[in-house]
Amino acid sequence: MVDLILNIALFIMLAGILLTLVRFIKGPSVVDRVISFDVMSIVSIALIAMIAHSVFRVIYLDVALIYGLLSFLGVLIVSRYLERGL
Amino acid sequence: MNILAIIGAFVTLTGAIFLLLGSIGLLRMPDSYTRIQAGTKASTLGSILSLLGLGLVHPDWLGKIILLILFVLVTNPVSSHIIARAAYFINVPFTDKTVVDKLKELINAQTVSKKYKIEKGSAERKEGD
Repeated sequence: MVDLILNIALFIMLAGILLTLVRFIKGPSVVDRVISFDVMSIVSIALIAMIAHSVFRVIYLDVALIYGLLSFLGVLIVSRYLERGL
Repeated sequence: MNILAIIGAFVTLTGAIFLLLGSIGLLRMPDSYTRIQAGTKASTLGSILSLLGLGLVHPDWLGKIILLILFVLVTNPVSSHIIARAAYFINVPFTDKTVVDKLKELINAQTVSKKYKIEKGSAERKEGD
């Protein structure tokens, strides 16, 4: 029961990533691409936590934490570069 | 099978539905600013709910999951704010339905007052000379 509901949630998250990828490809400006990258990385944090449940290893939560940290720094650096140059 | 795991699975499902709604909002909104708002708020709530449900399924992982939730809760509004600020200052166009732009009035008022202050300061210096 629990595994079935968690699998359904995992496929819903994958559908969300695919819909975000459409905006990433056809976005008219740079800002749309940056924000869709941000949403993709947030969904990926939840997805990595689901993978940590399905292979039953707690070490993957650390991977999710570092992934979120690096994507936050990437978004910050790209938007500072867009605003005033490096 | 205990009841706490089933509650956690349903909370995770709710969070996944919020993530999907955030993605649909990112796809359908007419403007960059509304896309920023829809994408970031819905996905913040969705990731918090799905991580919390996973913490209810595994109660011994709850410390790391609460650390991850606090991290998402702190960094996600900061990145949304700074993307919106960059989008405003590189003149990304608004949609046609935009009715108010408070930041433009505020920036005009600030530049006018700064120019006035500079002129006043130079006038005082001339009087001193």
